[in-house]
Amino acid sequence: MKNWGFNISKPRVIDWDTRDTSEYAKIIEKVPSAQRCLMCGACAATCSASNHIDFNFRNCHLKYRRGQFEGLADELDKCMLCGKCKLVCPRGVNTRAIIYNMRIFLNDLNYKNIEQ
Amino acid sequence: MNFHPFILPFAIGAIFLFAVITFKFVMWIRNLDRKQRYFVNKNFFSIKTISAIWEIVREALIHRNIYRRNPLLGYMHMSLAFGWFLLIVVGKIESSFYAGTMFEEPWLAIFFKYFAKEQHEYFGAAFFSFTMDLLLLIVLSGLSLAIFKRFRSKFLGLKKATKHNTFDRLALASLWWIFPLRLLAESSTAAISGNGDFLTGSVGNLLKALPVESMELPLWWAYSSVLCLFFVSLPFSRYMHIPTEIVLVFLRKWGATIGEQYSGLTDIQINSCSRCGICIDACQLNFAASINDVQSVYFVRDTRYGSLTDNVANNCLMCGRCVEACPVGIELTLIRQQLRNKAEIPGKHYFDYNKAEISKNKSDVVYFAGCMTHLTPTIIIAMKKIFEEAGVRYWFMDEEKGLCCGRPMRQQGYIQQSKDLISKNMRLIASSGAKLLVTSCPICYKSFTDEYILDIPVMHHSEYLKTLIDKKLIKLQKSSKRIVFHDPCDLGRGSGIYEQPRDILKQIGELNSCELEREESLCCGGSLSNAVIELETQIKIRDHALEVLTESKPEILATACPLCKKSFVHGNKAKVMDIAEIVAENIILQNKTKTVIEQSKYLTKNLKTKIN
Repeated sequence: MKNWGFNISKPRVIDWDTRDTSEYAKIIEKVPSAQRCLMCGACAATCSASNHIDFNFRNCHLKYRRGQFEGLADELDKCMLCGKCKLVCPRGVNTRAIIYNMRIFLNDLNYKNIEQ
Repeated sequence: MNFHPFILPFAIGAIFLFAVITFKFVMWIRNLDRKQRYFVNKNFFSIKTISAIWEIVREALIHRNIYRRNPLLGYMHMSLAFGWFLLIVVGKIESSFYAGTMFEEPWLAIFFKYFAKEQHEYFGAAFFSFTMDLLLLIVLSGLSLAIFKRFRSKFLGLKKATKHNTFDRLALASLWWIFPLRLLAESSTAAISGNGDFLTGSVGNLLKALPVESMELPLWWAYSSVLCLFFVSLPFSRYMHIPTEIVLVFLRKWGATIGEQYSGLTDIQINSCSRCGICIDACQLNFAASINDVQSVYFVRDTRYGSLTDNVANNCLMCGRCVEACPVGIELTLIRQQLRNKAEIPGKHYFDYNKAEISKNKSDVVYFAGCMTHLTPTIIIAMKKIFEEAGVRYWFMDEEKGLCCGRPMRQQGYIQQSKDLISKNMRLIASSGAKLLVTSCPICYKSFTDEYILDIPVMHHSEYLKTLIDKKLIKLQKSSKRIVFHDPCDLGRGSGIYEQPRDILKQIGELNSCELEREESLCCGGSLSNAVIELETQIKIRDHALEVLTESKPEILATACPLCKKSFVHGNKAKVMDIAEIVAENIILQNKTKTVIEQSKYLTKNLKTKIN
């Protein structure tokens, strides 16, 4: 019965009471323009890396904001830091700096070694 | 034997100074990396050593570079450095003649007037006495300028002076006291025994009104103690630049350069910084955006004392204006890059991309537009038109799925990731079998020339267009438009390409010059190297740069960098065009391939098929 092809998917509920927002506060401190982000996705549309591989800055930003850090460090490693997203942003968000700071904070937290 | 206990502070200070400097030098030279060692060994016994000595005389003693910047500032430095140097040399010769031997007590030259009280007849006594007084006067005049500069730095051509730390203040205060105390001590002795010349003698005559006998010894004690204080604080203050610069000039002449990793040469360079503050005036973050605590001088200082913060290391446009302005010639942007270097996971492959297509047909030229150029598609259209008009077989390497050149990664300190991208791109370039690589982006160009190992030459499109025009493959029509050219940082200061774009523009329109151009050209503010400043600051820098560039009210503001174009376009000051666009607009079609109408048809057809 164990391997019958189906299993229960993980709950996708985000618990707003227990989520960790302190990390995102650090990003806002470093890059104040992060607050202006509308999550429009222009950054993801222009991304050079997403031509090659499944990478989406908007997604990463949203996850970080919600405190869902699992696998995020590896995801962010796909970015080439070319800065196209920063130039197309209609709200003038320094997206490149957000990625750069997210990487540094995730390294500090050692999220890199967390098992998914 | 000429001895008095007051020489002891001086002797202790001098021995301490010598020991610390020797220790530091040995450590630095031991820490040189392999490449730097190779150059030192190779060029040690060569003509380069002699030219290094000549440069030391020119720069460390006479300070020619500072002279060029501001004559008064140059005189101030020269009188202190060269004047003091001559005081030591002439003093040594004088005391040797006096003692009749080369091996007299080493302190005799420093405290000569006290020990040589009696009128001795020795060779050139009057000449030496006069020269020593003259030199002291020159040093004192430089010193008074230095004190004046502390309070009115604008007078000597510096808008902003450096903020100093405790060691610097201590060393500076003792340096200021050395020469006035020397004058007073010598004059008091001259007042008693009458061995003074025009300066010490006349000051001595004035001192006669005071109880000179009881003043003489305390003054000599004070002079010696101040010397001791200066010597002790020197290795830990900015005055460490005096001995270090000499080593730096030798290493530079021998060909050692800053590499990827922090090494002994980095230590030597950051210790050679005299914190003069010339880089503060050169920095756009200072004069356009009023951020004045992150400039190279503070960066170097914080690195040296191990208190470097993230903000100071990363808040830099890497435009290279400070490197151009630095009178010592410290490679500031490269050192910044070294210190941004992040720890890496060895052996990890970061970019497992494999969708970049290799070339299917053989071609003569590889065209790499670069990420930024894809955001300014007019440059790509212009380049395509030019390639077709010139009849060149080219391969557009990153038309659909291109990779980044790796420079933005490197500038943020991710060296391994950058190398990952570089190896991928090198494979792509090699696949085409082309004989030339043309790129539209100066950032990529700099990366290709510095970081890549390619067996074909690399050209920025401004260089390439120049060769096409020279070979008469494309013909241009002359118009009467007034054009101002903006030098992109990585193309001008970074790669030394100033003439080619100007030559092209002169053939098309009337090229106007502006106040800050070539080596002094401004950054557009859009630099990718700065991950700290926000849009608001960038706009301030951009607007200031635009103001300077459009002072002569040009019709077209030409540039050769897609990033600069992208920044300037939003400033709405003048029509901003890339050099490729200007050439494509003024090209005389020779019916080689398609006419303009056919080409536009071709483009719309292409668009339709894409939409379908």
